Amino acid sequence: MADLRINFCGIESPNPYWLASGPPTNSGEQVMRAFDAGWGGAVWKTLGDPIINVNSRFGAMDIGGASIAGFTNIELITDRPLAVNFEEMAAVKKRYPDRALIASLMVESRSEWREIIHRSEDAGCDGIELNFGCPHGMCERGMGSAVGQEPRVLAEITSWAREFSSIPVLVKLTPNVGDILEPGLAAVGSGADGLSLINTIKSVIGVDLERMTPLPAVSGEGTHGGYCGPAVKPIALHMVGALSRDSRIAAPLSAIGGVTTWRDAAEFIALGAASIQVCTAVMHKGYRIIEDLVEGLSEFLDANGMASVSELSGRATPNFREWGDLDLNYRVVADIDADACIGCQLCYTACLDGAHQCIHINQARCHAWHGEPDHGQGVRAQVATPVEHKAPAQSDARVPWVDEAECIGCNLCELVCPVPGCITMREVSEDARSESWNERVGEAAL
Amino acid sequence: MTKSAASPRLAPDRLERLFDDAKPAYSYAEARIEAERCLNCHDAPCVRHCPTEIDIPKFIGQIASGNTRGAATTIFEQNMLGASCARVCPVEEMCVGACVYQGFNGQPIAIGRLQRHATDEACADERATGRRLFTPAAPIGRKVALIGGGPASLACAAHLALAGVQADIYERDSVPGGLNTTGVAPYKMKCESSLDEAAWLLSHGAHLMTGVAVGTDISFALLLDEYDAVFIGVGLAEVRTLEMDGPGVWTATDLIRAIKTEQGFALPPSVRRAVVIGGGNTAMDIARELAMLGVEKVTVAFRRREAEMSAYAHEWAGARSCGVVLRENLTPLAAVNRDGGLCAARFKETESGREIELACELLALAVGQEVGMQAMKAGVRQNANGTVWVDPATRRTSLSRVYAGGDCINGGREVVDAAADGRIAANAMLAEWSVEKGSG
Ligand SMILES: Cc1cc2nc3c(=O)[nH]c(=O)nc-3n(C[C@H](O)[C@H](O)[C@H](O)COP(=O)(O)OP(=O)(O)OC[C@H]3O[C@@H](n4cnc5c(N)ncnc54)[C@H](O)[C@@H]3O)c2cc1C
Ligand SMILES: Cc1cc2nc3c(=O)[nH]c(=O)nc-3n(C[C@H](O)[C@H](O)[C@H](O)COP(=O)(O)O)c2cc1C
Ligand code: SF4
Ligand code: SF4
Ligand code: SF4
Repeated sequence: MADLRINFCGIESPNPYWLASGPPTNSGEQVMRAFDAGWGGAVWKTLGDPIINVNSRFGAMDIGGASIAGFTNIELITDRPLAVNFEEMAAVKKRYPDRALIASLMVESRSEWREIIHRSEDAGCDGIELNFGCPHGMCERGMGSAVGQEPRVLAEITSWAREFSSIPVLVKLTPNVGDILEPGLAAVGSGADGLSLINTIKSVIGVDLERMTPLPAVSGEGTHGGYCGPAVKPIALHMVGALSRDSRIAAPLSAIGGVTTWRDAAEFIALGAASIQVCTAVMHKGYRIIEDLVEGLSEFLDANGMASVSELSGRATPNFREWGDLDLNYRVVADIDADACIGCQLCYTACLDGAHQCIHINQARCHAWHGEPDHGQGVRAQVATPVEHKAPAQSDARVPWVDEAECIGCNLCELVCPVPGCITMREVSEDARSESWNERVGEAAL
Repeated sequence: MTKSAASPRLAPDRLERLFDDAKPAYSYAEARIEAERCLNCHDAPCVRHCPTEIDIPKFIGQIASGNTRGAATTIFEQNMLGASCARVCPVEEMCVGACVYQGFNGQPIAIGRLQRHATDEACADERATGRRLFTPAAPIGRKVALIGGGPASLACAAHLALAGVQADIYERDSVPGGLNTTGVAPYKMKCESSLDEAAWLLSHGAHLMTGVAVGTDISFALLLDEYDAVFIGVGLAEVRTLEMDGPGVWTATDLIRAIKTEQGFALPPSVRRAVVIGGGNTAMDIARELAMLGVEKVTVAFRRREAEMSAYAHEWAGARSCGVVLRENLTPLAAVNRDGGLCAARFKETESGREIELACELLALAVGQEVGMQAMKAGVRQNANGTVWVDPATRRTSLSRVYAGGDCINGGREVVDAAADGRIAANAMLAEWSVEKGSG
C-alpha cells in the first residue's frame, strides 16, 4: 500500500485529506468522530467574534438526477463562544496527536489577530489558516473576501500573522478575483507558509418562483451566497494549477473545491496540491466517504507504481500550458465501436447541431453543407441540397458512422455518448512536426 | 336508452377490487428519477414502436423539467387514450421493448409508468384548477355517428369534438370503454380508470348513448342518412365457443367481465382447480386472475406447443409467476360433470391420441373472438377473416362516408391500435371536409 502520509510545510498528517473549515468541523465531538472515521486532519470552523446566523442558510443545485451538484451557503463564522471552541480543540489534539489540527481564523485588528493566534497555539493547533475568502456577510464587515480581494491588505495581515505565530501560517484564498496569482503572490511574499484554495464563489443558487425570492430564502428575501460542491471543481483546479506552475510560488497548496471522490483528489494532487480539503461532500454524504477517498487513492498509486502521494504531486503541472503553446498539428478523429453502440444517435444530433455535421445515420438525409469548399460558410443564404450518405456495408441499422475527412476532432460526440468507451478519439496526426501558435507567430516576427 | 354526457358508474362491491396494481403509480420524485434516465434519442426507436407515435422523449423530458401538463398534452395529442394505454399497453412488445437501454444495461425506461404519471397528474390538475388541457373549437356544422363506445370510438369522438364536430356515440352496453372497461386484467387497470377516462374524453363535447345496439335498436342506414359520416368501432362481438357447455364452464371474456363489473360476483367456494383452454393473451389473463383470486391450481391447456402460443412472452411469464402451469398438445373434447357439477375437462393428447382428464371445478374457454358484423347490415367490404377492410392511410371503408377502427379492422389487437385508428379516421374526415369546403 502506498504511503499516504504528508508533511505540509511542517504539518504532518497520516493522509492528505483534511476536513475544510465549515459545518463538519463545527465542534470537538464532530471532529473526533471524523478522526475516528479516518480523516487525516481538520481545519476548524472559522473562529472570530461569534456571530448570529440566519435561517435558512443553504441552497443546492440539482442537475439531472444528481442532487447537490452545486451547493451554496450564507452562514458566517462560528456562532459558539471562542473559549468553548479552544477547549474542544485542545481535547481533540490531546486525543488525536497524530492528526493535523488547524485553526481557521478571521478577526479585524492587529491586537485581535495576536490574541487569537496565541490562543490557537495554546490549544495545541498544528497550524493556522487565515480565512480571507468568505464572500458573504463577513466581507461587508471588512473581513473575509474583502481582505482576499485586496492584495495590500492581505499582505499586511499575513505579515502580522507570520510575526505572531510560531506554527505554520496558511492563507485561504478567495476565487472571487480576476487573477489568483495576485493574492497568491501577495500571501507568499508576506510570509505565508502554505496556501489553501478555493473558498466559495459569489453566487445566487436559484430563485423560488412561487415566493419570488432568491435562494436560500430568509423570510421572503435572499442574498448572494458562497458556491461550492462538485460544480466548482473545474474552477478550483484551474486556480490550483495556475499557482502550482508559477515558479514564484514555492509554498505548498491545500486544494479545496468540489472534491467528492479519490479521483477528484488525485487530479488536484497531480496538478500540484499537497493536501486536500473537503466540505460539501461530507455535508452531503458524511464522514464515512473518507474510507474510499483513502482506499481509492492508495489503490491508484499502487496501480501506477507510485510509492507515495508526493510522487503524484505536481505530475500534471508541467503539461498545464497556455493555449499558445499547444500543438496546432495534432489531429484526432472520432471512432465509433459498432459493437458497443446502443443506437441512441445522441452523437448524431450533437455533431449535427453542435459540432461539424459529420456523423451520419441510415434513413436520414444529411442537411450538412457538404461539397462546399468552406463547408458552407459563404453560402448560408442558399439552401443546401440534402446529400444522401452511403452507409458502410457492415453498418447496423442504428449505428451512426463518422466521415473522418470532415471530423474536426472536437470530441463532442464522445462526451454525449452514454456508453463509456463506445466513441474514442483516434490519433491521425498527418504532420509529425509539432508547431504551436506561439512558435508560428514567433517565426513570423523573425 | 340513456342519453348522457357524463359516464355511468359501477357499484363498488366488485371482485376486481381485490387486485393490486402490477405497476403502481409513481410519485413525482420517482417519476423524475426515471425520467432523468431517458437519453432523448434521435429518431427514437421507442416512438417508432408506439402505434400512436407519441413523442416519448419529449414527454419524458417534460416530466423531468416539471412540466407535467405539457407532458400530458404531448401524449394526448397523439393518443387520447394515453391514460389507459399507459396501464394496459404491452409495452414490453412496443416502446419499452425498443428502448435503447435494452442493449445497454437491460433496464429500459418505464415509459408506461411515466405516461401514467403525466396523464393522471395532469387530469387531476384539470379537476383541481378547472384549467383544461384542450379547448374544443367552435362547432363546424358537421356530425358523426360512432358505433360502439370502446377505445376506437372514444378516441375518434374526442378528436372530432375538439375540432368542433358533433360526435354521437351509440353503445349497446350500459357502460362505455368497451373491453377497456370490461376486459382488461384488473391488475393492469380497474373499471374506474376506464370510466374516468371515458368521462374525460366525453367532457370535450361528444355525446354517449348507452343501451342502443345499432342494427337492432336503430338501423345503420338511418345513421348514414342522419350524419355526415359514420365510424364503426364495434370491436369483436362474438366469442368462438367450443362444443363445451354446462355448469362451471365460462367463456374467458364473460368470466373476466363478471370479475370486473358484476356487483357481488364471487367464485364459488368449491372452485379449487381451474382449467383454461387457449394459448393467447386472454388465456394468460384469466389464468393469472384466477390464480391471484386464490384458485389453488390453475392449468392452461393448449392445443400445440409452448413456443406456438400466441400470448406475449411477458404475459406468459406473468401467469407462470403466479403459479399457473401449462399442459401442451391437448385437444379439448368435453366438460365432464358429476353430481350436477363440473369435475373435469377431457382432452385428447395430440401425439398419442390418448384421452385424458384434468380435474377442475371451473373451466374457462379463451379460444378467441371474431368479428360479428352481420346484424348491423353495414354493407362495408370485409376481409376473408371477417374484419372490415379499410384504406390504411385514412381508415375509410369501402363506403365513402364510413370509417372504421379498432378490433373490428385488425381482428383483435391492442387498445393503442384502436386509439391510433380513432385519431387517423377523425383527421381523415376533417381533411375530407376541408377539401370539400375548399373546392366548393
Ligand atoms: C380479456 C381481454 C384482455 C385484454 N387486455 C388488453 C390489454 O391488457 N392491453 C391492450 O392494449 N389490449 C387488451 N385487450 C384488447 C383491447 O381491449 C381491445 O383491442 C380494444 O378494447 C379494442 O377497442 P375497440 O374500440 O375496437 O373495441 P371494444 O373494446 O370491443 O369496444 C367495442 C364496443 O362496441 C360495442 N358494440 C358492439 N357492437 C355494437 C353495436 N352493434 N351497437 C352498439 N355498440 C356495439 C361493444 O359493446 C363495445 O363496448 C384485451 C382484450 C380482451 C378480450
Ligand atoms: C456551509 C458552509 C460553511 C462554510 N464555512 C466556512 C468557514 O467558516 N470558513 C471557511 O474558511 N470556509 C468555509 N466554507 C468554505 C469551505 O471550507 C470550502 O472552501 C468550500 O466549501 C469549497 O469546498 P467544497 O467544494 O468541498 O465544499 C464553508 C462552506 C460551506 C458549504
Ligand atoms: S452516442 Fe454512442 S451509443 Fe449512441 S448512437 Fe452514438 S455511438 Fe452509438
Ligand atoms: S469529434 Fe466533433 S466533429 Fe468529429 S465526429 Fe465527433 S462531434 Fe463531429
Ligand atoms: S429509446 Fe429509451 S432512452 Fe431513448 S428516447 Fe426512448 S425511452 Fe428514452
